[in-house]
Amino acid sequence: MSIFTETEAKTILDKVVKLSKADECSAQLTGSIEGNVRYALNSVSTSGIVNNADLAVQVAFGKRIGTATINEFDDTSLEKVVRRAEELARLAPENPEFVPAIEKQNYKASDTYVEKTAAIGPDYRAQVAADCIEPCKKDKLVAAGFFTNNERVTAIANSKGNFGYQKSTGVDFTCTVRTDDGRGSGWVARNLGDVAKFDAKSDIKTAIQKAKGSADAKALEPGKYTVIMEPAASAGLISFMMFGFDARQADEGRSFLSKKGGGNKIGDKVFDERVNLYADPWDAQSSVVPWDEDGLPREKTPIVTKGVVDYLQYSRYWAQKQGKKAIGQPGNLIMTGGDKSTQDLIKGTKKGVLVTRTWYIRMVDPQTVLLTGLTRDGTFYIENGEIKYPIKNFRFNESPAIMLNNIEEIGKPVRVADDESPFVMMIPPLKIRDFTFSSLSDAV
Amino acid sequence: MDRRDFLKVTGVGLGTLMIPIYGRSVAAEVLTTKMDAAAKKKIADIALNAAKANGATYCDVRIGRYLRQFVITREDKVQNVVNTESSGVGIRVVANGTWGFAATSDMSADAIAKAAKQAISIAKANSRLQAEPVQLAPTKGVGEVSWATPIVKNAMEVPIKDKVDLLLGVNAAAMQAGASFIRSILFLVNEQKYFASTDGSYIDQDVHRIWAPMEVTAVDQKSGKFRTRDGLSSPRGMGFEYLDAKPQHKLALPGGAVVYSDSYDMKEDAIAAAKQAKEKLSAPSVKPGKYDLVLDPSHLWLTIHESVGHPTELDRVLGYEANYAGTSFATLDKWKSKNFKYGSDKVTIFADKTQPTTLGAVGYDDEGIKTQRWDLIKDGVLVNYQVIRDQAHILGLNSSQGCCYADSWSNVQFQRMANVSLSPGKDKLAPEEMIKNVENGIYIIGDGSFSIDQQRYNAQFGGQLFYEIKNGKVTQMIEDVAYQIRTPEFWNSCVAVCDDKDYRFGGSFFDGKGQPGQVSAVSHGSSTARFNGANVINTARSLG
Repeated sequence: MSIFTETEAKTILDKVVKLSKADECSAQLTGSIEGNVRYALNSVSTSGIVNNADLAVQVAFGKRIGTATINEFDDTSLEKVVRRAEELARLAPENPEFVPAIEKQNYKASDTYVEKTAAIGPDYRAQVAADCIEPCKKDKLVAAGFFTNNERVTAIANSKGNFGYQKSTGVDFTCTVRTDDGRGSGWVARNLGDVAKFDAKSDIKTAIQKAKGSADAKALEPGKYTVIMEPAASAGLISFMMFGFDARQADEGRSFLSKKGGGNKIGDKVFDERVNLYADPWDAQSSVVPWDEDGLPREKTPIVTKGVVDYLQYSRYWAQKQGKKAIGQPGNLIMTGGDKSTQDLIKGTKKGVLVTRTWYIRMVDPQTVLLTGLTRDGTFYIENGEIKYPIKNFRFNESPAIMLNNIEEIGKPVRVADDESPFVMMIPPLKIRDFTFSSLSDAV
Repeated sequence: MDRRDFLKVTGVGLGTLMIPIYGRSVAAEVLTTKMDAAAKKKIADIALNAAKANGATYCDVRIGRYLRQFVITREDKVQNVVNTESSGVGIRVVANGTWGFAATSDMSADAIAKAAKQAISIAKANSRLQAEPVQLAPTKGVGEVSWATPIVKNAMEVPIKDKVDLLLGVNAAAMQAGASFIRSILFLVNEQKYFASTDGSYIDQDVHRIWAPMEVTAVDQKSGKFRTRDGLSSPRGMGFEYLDAKPQHKLALPGGAVVYSDSYDMKEDAIAAAKQAKEKLSAPSVKPGKYDLVLDPSHLWLTIHESVGHPTELDRVLGYEANYAGTSFATLDKWKSKNFKYGSDKVTIFADKTQPTTLGAVGYDDEGIKTQRWDLIKDGVLVNYQVIRDQAHILGLNSSQGCCYADSWSNVQFQRMANVSLSPGKDKLAPEEMIKNVENGIYIIGDGSFSIDQQRYNAQFGGQLFYEIKNGKVTQMIEDVAYQIRTPEFWNSCVAVCDDKDYRFGGSFFDGKGQPGQVSAVSHGSSTARFNGANVINTARSLG
């Protein structure tokens, strides 16, 4: 059993809280079913299904904390996990930054569960692979991709009477299509809560078109270019920047949002005035569970409004110390935009570079959030509103804090995910001037 | 656990997390116990028999117990102590010429037999989409054998209090030396792995690893500038003796920086880190251009990892990783030509899963193949790749090189990087002598920022410490340095490698690959090496 009903979850969690002899007890029960299919060289390589369930119990004696988890849920196991957590708590040194368990909350449910997504089976997954492989085979192309779907349940409770329960579903799809001579490569990705909106047969066309269109790439000189970043291309940079939005790091003087002389940049205009970022657990297209890992309720939270920073993440300890209110850590990140598609942005561009996606992004200097990484799987030169020819991939060295000051135009946000990001994101295509490409890559 | 999960557990990401997210959290003493080999053999035989009875032509079973301990501190506080345990059984079969895999944490006979059957049904279902049947390189069963990391002190047996005292002592020393902040962590791993196959192998292995990373920050509030210096330790396949700080393992480098070989003085390095982080705040910014680079092994390991380790993985070369990590420029035609100059004559790079104290050292890989050493690049020429049993025939080999690994019982094993290392130079040469001949160069110590493209051509690397070399002398610390390479040009610009006295290891706990993602731990050895005419960029920017 891994997808617990609300009653089942509550019964388990109530027992745990009751069993604890510590000063306080918090528990989290999670369950998931994740199915996947992986294919490469136009053939399925691996596929599997993983059932998982875990109960994590955290107790405190004074300021001493102990945590234990278990994946069995009979009464003996529940007793065992509680005693183990208590034993660890007694051995642990006092944590001077200890914060008591949260009070009873009223969580407003968000719409994160779609029956049809939960019902996906191995046949559906095999069909996704087939829908990508078949057209590629016909076109002398080679498909390599991964499709995964999940159904999850999260339930939390504590000795102060708090309780929360919610189910969620999701699908994630990526496919790389290469020409059989290895000279062209294209890519497509989709991240959704509702599988009804997913159509592999249609999406694969994007990757096919980019693969065929990217062969015989020309080399442009590295330098500063006007770029059109597809949503997947800028998502990685923007998400990386969010590591600098920690209030404590900023207050301690080690973030790009630290203020010279002390303090942080809340209230300062840091980005172009068209930049608006916010979190909203109830957003129709990117909904997330309405509480964070501490059980704090998530709220609709403006993060950047008209270029001004209006939110940094305060942990409960740091909030208490600084006299601020701690709110739930965002689970999604939404950047507002207009109505234009990537195609519309291309149409309005005299000279520029279209970037399909970015790859291997790493921090070079946290002082300025300077990031490096590369373009991949479809980089094109734009002239007079049209894609003229494919170009070789570039390495960039650019800061999102600079990039979001060099905005020419913002398109319509779409839902994207990134392997290295904790957020579900709604990111628009962006037209940016003076984006810094520092060298060429021969990689296709 | 992937890198993102590690960032969550250690709280260096966006927020902090008190709940362990890998495996079950257990009491410290549970980490010192072991499962009985006879009990594991019994479980393995249930799976092997069930697989054979249901039509598998091959089956292997991995019974894994993965134990981890984290001790996480900052300044004068212990932020968290987490003990986790994850155990279960992974069963892999060949049926209808196709792989199938299933895993279960339930070690009852019924659950194991059921998982074996499930693996067979997955294999049969997928066989419809299989172009060619799996070809396994032949291997002889080794019977009942065992192997263990040759540790001196089992780190799991060291009391938590001693670990906490060590880290808080390290932190206090750094703060006293002028650090604004320090975070220090102990991360211990014990993989108790039992492998059995229908070839007649029953292999019991006990693998230990240790890592003691730290990050020291200096902040100048007046100017709003901050700089960090990470510890110069390396994760190792060792016990707690790695932290013994033996004087013979300490090396003072030209210019004054101190590095460590087979044991680590964490406190001394923390003090140096505090001073150097402060020095970085006012060090002059590099002038971009062409420089000769002198790369210390504490830095060079990562360049080897990215630009040689990954491109010589055969599954990448063939296209199996095309959708995620990418493919490789080191294509089969280059290998077949027998004259592709990957590097200069000075460059011999080998794969080795037997080198003691390394992260990749095991007796047998995760498909029961005895580990070994072989050349990948010989005197500059690409001569081989890294393969597992179902790939050996592609290179005309009649046996696997033993590179198969899974990061947990619940994940299927696949080709992972061996320790890949640069052979020391044959002629006597120390870093001091190497530097004497450099007119305009940069000496780089420690690993920093890293990024490489999906075919492993274009890479960019930073570091921890950068020193200017002028007319044969280390002159001053400089900052804002990163160098960009095109892999074959870079290795062909290698003009000298120091001798074996300078040979040291670096490595990573988190080499990511595959979908769903898996991590593996890998070491890379080298002596200091010189590369001429590298492109160095200046990474300083202004946010206005």
